[in-house]
Amino acid sequence: MDDGATILNTHHWPAGISRVPFWVYQDQAVMRAEQKRIFEGPVWHFLCLEVDIENQGDYRTTFIGDMPVIVVRGEAGALHGFENRCAHRGALIAFNDYGNTKDFTCAYHAWRYDLQGNLCSIAFQRGVGGKGGMPREFDMRQHGPRKLRVDSIGGLVFGTVDPAAPTLEAFLSAPIVAKIKRVFNRKLEVIGRFTQHLPNNWKMYAENIRDTYHASLLHLFFTTFKITRFDQAGGVTISPDGAHHASATIGKGIETQSVYKDQGIRSDSEEFLLRDDSFLASSPEFGDDIQLQNVALFPGTMLQQLYNSLAVRQTVPRGVDGMDLHWTFVGFADDTPEMRKMRLKQANLAGPAGYVSMEDGCIGNFVQRGVAAASDEIAIVEMGGYESESQNTRATEASVRGFWKNYRRLMEI
Amino acid sequence: MPGMDTLYRVSALNTAYAATIDGDRLEDWPGFFHTDCLYKITTAENVRRGLLAGIIYADSRGMLEDRVAAIRRANIFENHAYRHVIGMASILGEDADGIRAEAPFLVVRTMRDGQMTLFAAGRYQDLLRPDETGALRFAERVVICDSPRFDTLVAIPL
Repeated sequence: MDDGATILNTHHWPAGISRVPFWVYQDQAVMRAEQKRIFEGPVWHFLCLEVDIENQGDYRTTFIGDMPVIVVRGEAGALHGFENRCAHRGALIAFNDYGNTKDFTCAYHAWRYDLQGNLCSIAFQRGVGGKGGMPREFDMRQHGPRKLRVDSIGGLVFGTVDPAAPTLEAFLSAPIVAKIKRVFNRKLEVIGRFTQHLPNNWKMYAENIRDTYHASLLHLFFTTFKITRFDQAGGVTISPDGAHHASATIGKGIETQSVYKDQGIRSDSEEFLLRDDSFLASSPEFGDDIQLQNVALFPGTMLQQLYNSLAVRQTVPRGVDGMDLHWTFVGFADDTPEMRKMRLKQANLAGPAGYVSMEDGCIGNFVQRGVAAASDEIAIVEMGGYESESQNTRATEASVRGFWKNYRRLMEI
Repeated sequence: MPGMDTLYRVSALNTAYAATIDGDRLEDWPGFFHTDCLYKITTAENVRRGLLAGIIYADSRGMLEDRVAAIRRANIFENHAYRHVIGMASILGEDADGIRAEAPFLVVRTMRDGQMTLFAAGRYQDLLRPDETGALRFAERVVICDSPRFDTLVAIPL
């Protein structure tokens, strides 16, 4: 049994949330325990957008950790989700990314499921010519893929495997729901999808999206063009359980570069000027002066508002030392042509080739390789103290500690 | 029906384009484009679904120059190089807008430790026009990758 207690028989983790042992990014047993306790635990996971499955029978396939799932629009607008695994031999029931269907028929032996994931017919159940077929007593109602609870907020569809999970809103907490609804406040429209393979354990990216400390140090583009700097107003809001985080950067920033100069830090380069900065001409659209809002949802989803560049980033683990990051860039259905053009141009900022995000594609791998022989050593997560409370600075790792607080609680580790 | 001359000029441009990127002469790369241009990297699936976003989206030569400046001076990544193999172009048509052409490509990425990966495969969808000197330049180059997935990051242009 791969659970936290068993793992701690052979691995050491100091008490608290400000030190992280490197074995947690390396161990297969940890990964198996995460599947049970986090991905199939009392956690809601982003699955798709409501507009991805607008009409009855529209479906998308995705993953909750390693678990393949189908999310589908049923009758009367209802949302359903279930494991993408045939009750018979376990084959994938749907093997396209999306589609529209009346029902789902497994390709292997044509066992058929309705839009709620109920097994509703078995090919040759009574055999052929009185021979073969399933035993009389076989009860279809007792067999089927595991079902998800599915709910949505702000047009984002989430699912959980765990019947004991709190409601979606309770899971997210009121302060985080407010941050989500600030941006996701009307009908969305997808403008592009990209997948980025990150050669690192998924938790390194979960930390990265909560790590406000690195943003202007690793990503020089941010700093030079004052998109976010520690000397701009802002801070982090963290849910009470530590699980979720929202960071905000307020205002256009200020001209002084003294904060960085005093530190002698590389990421301040005055002579770096853009030839065509038209893509930075953002247009406030949420009734406030928040230029940047990143909402990180436990475990690995990030909702991005970077000026007018809006995206959902979904983490799917791919083994211990890899993950896929699914980027869905969105606008609103009522975007003006000018706003839509601005979103297309600002997509340069974040994504697999993003000016302020491409480094995140390789930095986790630098850690993964750096700690190769250091399973029993520990990472230090102490910027801004030892706890995970909300703070009015971004020079902190409070949100990263929040992730580990919730992780240790769920993993019982 | 465009003649051999057009095919030759487009092919020569593609060859020079590949040699410029693969030879790490990135500062010369924006020169393959008109001042007003479109350079975009996207995926076949986005094109099929009519989704317009790209991971790189530049609508001026200035934005391409900025890309190069950012790669050289701002962005952090491990040293690597591309080797483009660009197949024979198809000339799809020629009208007042210019020459419409398409060419398939493969890009092998070699990392500093020697690891070699088939990094990208796809097609270029191009609109070409001569500049004031008569040399062909891209008014549009849309890089349509067959795979929806990019490994690690895309720093050097495709």
